[in-house]
Amino acid sequence: MRREWEIGKESRMLRTICALFLASLIAFASAVTAQEVRPPEGAQEPRAETGGAQTLEDILARERGQLVEGSFRSDNIGGNIDATQFAPALGPLGVASDSDIWRRLRFDKAQVTLSSDGAAAAPASSVTIQDAGMWWLDFRRGPLATYGGYLLLGTLALLALFLLIRGRIRIDGEKTGRKITRFKAVERFGHWLTAGSFILLGITGLISLFGRMGLIPLIGKEAFAPLAQAGKWVHNNVAWAFMLGLVMIFAMWVIENIPNRHDLKWLAVGGGLFSKNVHPPARKFNAGQKIIFWAVIVLGVSISISGLALLFPFQLPMFAKTFVILNDTGLPQWLGFGALPETLTPHQEMQLAQLWHAIVAFVFMAIILAHIYLGSIGMEGAFDAMGSGEVEEQWAREHHGLWIEELKSEGGTSRATPAE
Amino acid sequence: MKTMLLAFACIAVIAVGAWYGLHQAGFSIQEVTTRSSVRLN
Repeated sequence: MRREWEIGKESRMLRTICALFLASLIAFASAVTAQEVRPPEGAQEPRAETGGAQTLEDILARERGQLVEGSFRSDNIGGNIDATQFAPALGPLGVASDSDIWRRLRFDKAQVTLSSDGAAAAPASSVTIQDAGMWWLDFRRGPLATYGGYLLLGTLALLALFLLIRGRIRIDGEKTGRKITRFKAVERFGHWLTAGSFILLGITGLISLFGRMGLIPLIGKEAFAPLAQAGKWVHNNVAWAFMLGLVMIFAMWVIENIPNRHDLKWLAVGGGLFSKNVHPPARKFNAGQKIIFWAVIVLGVSISISGLALLFPFQLPMFAKTFVILNDTGLPQWLGFGALPETLTPHQEMQLAQLWHAIVAFVFMAIILAHIYLGSIGMEGAFDAMGSGEVEEQWAREHHGLWIEELKSEGGTSRATPAE
Repeated sequence: MKTMLLAFACIAVIAVGAWYGLHQAGFSIQEVTTRSSVRLN
């Protein structure tokens, strides 16, 4: 025991010495660095030659895309002299210069009094300048449009490649000629209400994002203007049909989309999508359809909330509140983003809502493209489920074997002729 | 297919209804946040 204690003691001492050694190294390096960067005696303050204003190097650094620490401007707002001793000789600006006033407005440090009554004033009206709009604009027409476009084109290319390699997924067994009711009229109504409105929202959303760079060069500004106006009207008002459809499909199908053990078997063989004569067991909805369902619900709710925030400007700010919650979890810091801003201007809230709305929309559209493909040209017999609501019994047997067994045990609903 | 067409027709009806209803309710940001003293029409 004593020997172990001594080893432990030595180990602790060794660790302490190592720690001290490392600490002294760091301290020495810091001292050297501090000496190296310490300005020589008599050196001028940064930006002394411009009286504290930005220099040519600042401007060039920004043009190179480098971050220039901006407190020398945002803090330079005047007002640190008691104006009362000079008033009224200095006039309405007091001891502040024009530049001070504009910096106060730009960096949201001005006391802005509105001419309209305060209770009815827009939350954003006291913010007269906010330069986060340039970041938003650059991101919107840069990475958002670029990577969003790549995502959609890439998805289409993958689906085309899948069709070339796999071909249309046929009904492997012999068709029976008997039909089974897969979806009732109300279910199909809910589906098409959501689907039709989603397609309209997708197309008009893409016109809104890509119109300036993609359509104006093709059709000109005169033709684009009414198209953009109509697109905006459709986007704003069709959104309500989408939200109603979302509520309908959630209420109708949520129970049957709760994951179960059969989903693992389905996923293990890729649903049989990649090979012939492979038909994993599935109830009314297989694992692939459940993934689509939950993606539609989660993304649909998210895009609806951000859409409402855009439809009712400045009335539904939520990003600052969300960032507070996220910062409390420590996730953004852990991912290396640092703490997210917990105070946002009303305009920044709108800009983030727009970006989030578009990002979710791109992911949503990519998923739905795959859904549309499999529900139409990608799989024989699939469209009937939402077209007439009646599917070939053999199709149902291959893709929803457990569901058809349940139907048969309940009395069966096969019929010899289609219902439509 | 009739159900699909009915749903599409409902989308149009809901859209027009939403537009009419919201404007009757005076929802637009212009109506909500401005006064005649600050907007020239």
